Amino acid sequence: MKHVDELRDRATVQTLVRALHSETKHDWTVMEVCGGQTHAIVRYGLDEMLPRGLSLLHGPGCPVCVTSAEVIDRAHAIASEPDVVFCSFGDMLRVPGTRGDLLRLKAEGRDIRIVYSPLDAVRLAEKHPEKRVVFFAIGFETTAPANAMAVRIGKQRGLANFSILAAHVLVPPMLTSILESPGNRVQGFLGPGHVCTVMGTREYGPITRRYGVPIAVAGFEPVDLLHGLLACVRQLEKGDAHVEVPYSRAVSEDGNAAARATIDDVFEVCDRQWRGIGWIPKSGLRLRWELRDFDAERVFDVGAVTAEENPDCISGKVLKGLAKPHDCPHFGKRCTPETPLGATMVSSEGACAAYMTYRRLPILQEAHV
Amino acid sequence: MCLAVPGRLVETFVERDVRMGRVDFGGMSKRVCMEHLPDATPGDYVLVHVGFALARIDEEEAERTLAMLRELGDLEEELT
Repeated sequence: MKHVDELRDRATVQTLVRALHSETKHDWTVMEVCGGQTHAIVRYGLDEMLPRGLSLLHGPGCPVCVTSAEVIDRAHAIASEPDVVFCSFGDMLRVPGTRGDLLRLKAEGRDIRIVYSPLDAVRLAEKHPEKRVVFFAIGFETTAPANAMAVRIGKQRGLANFSILAAHVLVPPMLTSILESPGNRVQGFLGPGHVCTVMGTREYGPITRRYGVPIAVAGFEPVDLLHGLLACVRQLEKGDAHVEVPYSRAVSEDGNAAARATIDDVFEVCDRQWRGIGWIPKSGLRLRWELRDFDAERVFDVGAVTAEENPDCISGKVLKGLAKPHDCPHFGKRCTPETPLGATMVSSEGACAAYMTYRRLPILQEAHV
Repeated sequence: MCLAVPGRLVETFVERDVRMGRVDFGGMSKRVCMEHLPDATPGDYVLVHVGFALARIDEEEAERTLAMLRELGDLEEELT
């Protein structure tokens, strides 16, 4: 398929790997921001093709992982209300809050549906005026325009039975939080390709200048990822730190103006709690006050919900690049995709789940012979 | 989660005041909301995320990137 096959080409991958080996002179640590990038890197084993001194850390760009247990508990409470049809992207159903996951609630007979697009939820609301349809609006800047458009269309069509539970997160405040962390090891980023498709690259320039870290905005195919890494390494070796866009076929400096306008129309910036990490100021989006009739948190009075994270889980450190999945004593033992302890194991795009899926299981150091 | 898949825009139409389109993904065709890509025309390759077209793929940029990578390969061959 065009724009896919040529980006999985073996010869091009080999060329890029050789270039990385010959041009990497020092030790560098680069973080890929997106869960989708992590997934592709581990799936194709790209991290195992790199020169010894070049390490990859897996970033926090998995919205399913970072949605707080409190929000998931709130989703549970709303989905348990009478006459509710609760709609969600499929990945969210398996994520446990403190009361279990939404899939269990579905098994208990609640009307919980997996939708492909937020517009599917709008259509359900139109079809079932006697039901209250709620859409679980999670995601980064990539997904925000679609979820915002669903609210706009719901308003245009006068749908009084449609609302969203908004749990949107934003990338730049998270990157700043990583770089500000004591013990930060990140020296450069593979930037989030599809977030920048919407937002453009302007927000990232100040981060590169303030912290002296290069950001190479990369796509999600093997050639895209290695191309991004090469751009990042070349800057690091030269002592440069600016935004570069190897994913230029999809990302421009301005991004998608129409999509950004839809976001601004419907959402406003708010503080947001990230699972495994905690509250980060101005790192989320919530519905504007004028649209409160579409805000499930206001439509349904589910009261205060507080949730405790499992103290044995190190996902906060993994999400910030301070630890790798193998560093956790529970990885692959107590904690598996079927029985996740926390954020990075709950979704297939989380670093711990990607390591499990592609069998990156550690050899026990003290085997009994 | 930020997965976006490239496909070829086949047609655009308006459905109840919303700009929509049909996008072909290597033989599988899907209805897609085109509100955020008002300038896209049939034949364009677009990136689709959760039923919405996010961006038009810039063919010139795609070709420029591949040409640059081919050059990198050629140069390497010349030097070895």
